[in-house]
Amino acid sequence: MPFTPPPVDDVIAAMTGRFGGLESTVFRGQTRLVVPVEASLDVLSDLKQRGFDLLVDVTCVDYLEYRDPPMQMPSCSGRRYGLVYLLASTTTNQRLTVRVFVDDPKPTVPSVVPLWEAANWLEREVWDLFGIRFEGHPDLRRLVMPEEFTAHPLRKDYPLQGRGERHNFPVITRHES
Amino acid sequence: MAVADSGKLHLPENVVVSRLDELASWCRKNSLWPMPFATACCGIELMATGASKHDLARFGAEVFRFSPRQCDLMIVAGRVVMKMLPVLQRIWQQMHEPKWCISMGACASTGGVFDTYAVVQGIDRVIPVDLYVPGCPPRPEQLIQAIIDLQDKIQREGTITGREFDTPSRQARKRALVELVDPLSLDASRNPVLQRELAAEAESFAGRS
Repeated sequence: MPFTPPPVDDVIAAMTGRFGGLESTVFRGQTRLVVPVEASLDVLSDLKQRGFDLLVDVTCVDYLEYRDPPMQMPSCSGRRYGLVYLLASTTTNQRLTVRVFVDDPKPTVPSVVPLWEAANWLEREVWDLFGIRFEGHPDLRRLVMPEEFTAHPLRKDYPLQGRGERHNFPVITRHES
Repeated sequence: MAVADSGKLHLPENVVVSRLDELASWCRKNSLWPMPFATACCGIELMATGASKHDLARFGAEVFRFSPRQCDLMIVAGRVVMKMLPVLQRIWQQMHEPKWCISMGACASTGGVFDTYAVVQGIDRVIPVDLYVPGCPPRPEQLIQAIIDLQDKIQREGTITGREFDTPSRQARKRALVELVDPLSLDASRNPVLQRELAAEAESFAGRS
């Protein structure tokens, strides 16, 4: 019997009551809440006050040339990037996925490092690989790619084999070593 | 020195005449100290090779040193990503001459299955390599065979002053393979490496005609 988290209907009702017009869907017992980027920091801080004290993950999806509008939701169609915040409550075991959609050029979302310290490196990774700017992040540097790297390689328009970065290094011959 | 009346050289039974180069190579080949540059699963096979069952000590190469200044054989075991490449080059340069390099496994030799933006497609593009070991990962027997082959190579061409490293073939830069950003369209406008290759081809063609 797989673990099924407790329902989050009360949280969804409270959030739609307070912010209004938030879309939510359920897929295999997991609830997703789509939040416009202007309200994302307010919603997330409210969720934290309601007991979602654990930020499990921050990641992103590039929906460039995606076959359908993401999640069949009209409000997010046409936007290229979908941020994913996986939240959990250590007291009630509730789990909630928050989606924030942003678009080119200069996709920007507010940073949640003031709420969860765990977001620091997660947001740095998303910045590194997707090029999403997190406003208010204390130290937005690359995390996994080399510092001199210029591209954001998990974007769908970045070629798999790169743009020659992997061989842009000096060659050491026998004579030089 | 005992010289008989006939002019022939007579040596005692326990004396062997050799060249100094061969003597030095004989000493070097039987005390290779490996530098384990193990980044992936090939490193596990490298450890197995050093452990008791396969026992690399039988070939005088069991002294793995984690300081490059004490090593003369670098075994690159595993894929090398571009972020690791400056480290690889620095460690290679920190090793003392004479030194050799074994590229162990498909990833270190060619990039293997990891044909992505981050993985270097063969370390011989950036440092000199003496021997390649195929396999994914290679069996310990293959690595032992590589070390035996390297010992043969050292004995065959080694000199006490390291003159064999100065030959033109050893000095030549390996010609990097053409990087194909998009193999289907061969779009040279997006690929500086391909542009350089094409320009060099056109230049050599113009010089010939």
